[in-house]
Amino acid sequence: MSLLDAGAAAVAKAVRAGDVTAVEVIEEALARLDATEGDLHCFQTVLGDKARREAARVDEAVGEGRDPGPLAGVPIALKDNLCTHGIETTCSSRILEGWRPPYDATVVERLRGAGAVAVGKTNLDEFAMGSSTENSAFGPTHNPWDLSRVPGGSSGGSAAAVAAGVVPLAFGSDTGGSIRQPASLCGVVGIKPTYGVVSRYGLIAFASSLDQIGPFAPTVADAALALEVIGGGDPRDSTCLARPAPRLIEVLGRGVEGLRVGVLEDFVDDVSASCRRAANDAADALAAAGAKVDAVSVPEARLGLPAYYVIAPAEASSNLARYDGVRYGLRVEGPDVEAMNARTRAAGFGREVRRRIMIGTYALSAGYYDAYYGQAQRVRTLVTRAFDAAYERFDVLLSPTTPSEAFELGAKTANPIEMYLSDLCTVSSNLTGQPAISVPYALGDEGLPVGVQVMAPALGEALMVQVAAVLEQAAPAEARGPVPVGGRARGEAADGA
Amino acid sequence: MAGIGIDEVRHVARLARLELSDEELHGLVGELTALLEHVDAIRQLDTSGVPATAHAIPLSNVLRDDVVGPCLERDEVLAAAPAAEEGRIVVPAILREEP
Repeated sequence: MSLLDAGAAAVAKAVRAGDVTAVEVIEEALARLDATEGDLHCFQTVLGDKARREAARVDEAVGEGRDPGPLAGVPIALKDNLCTHGIETTCSSRILEGWRPPYDATVVERLRGAGAVAVGKTNLDEFAMGSSTENSAFGPTHNPWDLSRVPGGSSGGSAAAVAAGVVPLAFGSDTGGSIRQPASLCGVVGIKPTYGVVSRYGLIAFASSLDQIGPFAPTVADAALALEVIGGGDPRDSTCLARPAPRLIEVLGRGVEGLRVGVLEDFVDDVSASCRRAANDAADALAAAGAKVDAVSVPEARLGLPAYYVIAPAEASSNLARYDGVRYGLRVEGPDVEAMNARTRAAGFGREVRRRIMIGTYALSAGYYDAYYGQAQRVRTLVTRAFDAAYERFDVLLSPTTPSEAFELGAKTANPIEMYLSDLCTVSSNLTGQPAISVPYALGDEGLPVGVQVMAPALGEALMVQVAAVLEQAAPAEARGPVPVGGRARGEAADGA
Repeated sequence: MAGIGIDEVRHVARLARLELSDEELHGLVGELTALLEHVDAIRQLDTSGVPATAHAIPLSNVLRDDVVGPCLERDEVLAAAPAAEEGRIVVPAILREEP
């Protein structure tokens, strides 16, 4: 087994000890990227020589007796909506094609400061609007388990890169499920932290009251390590909580004895038999490990999706007003400023982004503001109150992450609302600002991975990770990435792959 | 029943600064109507007395000391603009002389 497959913590340990060089590790990641990219299209930009130079600096530090940090020499992938100084950052949109940000996102700085080395920027649904990565202006990403299927989205490139074993750690953003849903569909772990735990300075905004940055990894421990590195207050993001990053590694292995777990029963009729079974089996595993498990209904969770599909487009229509052909990105000339703005935006934004700007502008326009946006914000309060009430009785809640296994490319592109339903189980955490994690738990009836979601009250990351680690132990190894491109041969044991 | 007509779609496209084809505008009539029907579930709810949540965590104004700190390099920022000269971004004329 290669060191890369042993995970981020193992790579960092070996690099810090001088057992392997960061350059060797990065070369292997780049070779894997090269071998899989033609089939998968995870990456928008590949950072070959820059990654090699950064890896050499990590090795230099080790050579001089300086500690490069907890992610020393770990190859990582960054969703292409995270600003990287001097490196093209597109949001998978024509309107930003060729744009080189004049600064790094805070998470990018912190990762580099911890010794991690970015090997590329990953593909996403344009401006993070989508659940399949098919809305990328530069072509879809394919699911490594089955190339005819989507990897989920919007952070599909990051999820697929981890699932294919190209990198042991990748980063995305989650506005309605954009980390957890692709994590579930690709058989990897994905965390959406509490709103305000991770700085969003340098994350290109989609819906500002919902967006959070989080990690993808094959294991709960590596995802937890990554969150410890990127979390914590940042004066450059005034919505970021002025508190240190959560301490997570220390809770791994504590078990779930006596913890109260509520199994959310409100989505049972909306999810496939595989997803329902995975959540039920996960509940049984937690009970067997000593947790007090009980069913719970939070009917307001079903209001999350319609409220989300007002709030997110409304905020997006405002955030995306800045792409006007003036300061950066595309400009299509016109006879006056307004025509230049309108032509630039029509040419630069893809179909789904235009649709969401339209619905959001409508929901915020005179005469409709209170009926749509105001009402959705009041419903958001109802959803939050209902979850807060559930957390008076339970420490964490358990549910399916997604309504189905990975679907075929093209299956939902003709019907936006059907695509939106992919977020059914995940949007509530964004509306409430509470943390959630998806853990690979089973192979479904179609032979593809199915995740389960652990949700926790605000700032309950430690408890959430503690429960997720127990689920990971109970889950079969064949439900988890990395996998060879195209998936493991049927009947072949995971260990033998 | 939620619904939106072609005139309203044109108006919203103007507000959003999107110069769309007639074909797309007509397509949006149906697409936006379908979306509005989907969100009708929340429009029917009685939320009287329920405050709005604009933001998931309680935050009051965040202030810092008024001191000069590092900022972006002007030339680097201007290099990203579609058109710039003499330290400024160039845009089409906004004001015209009286005829």
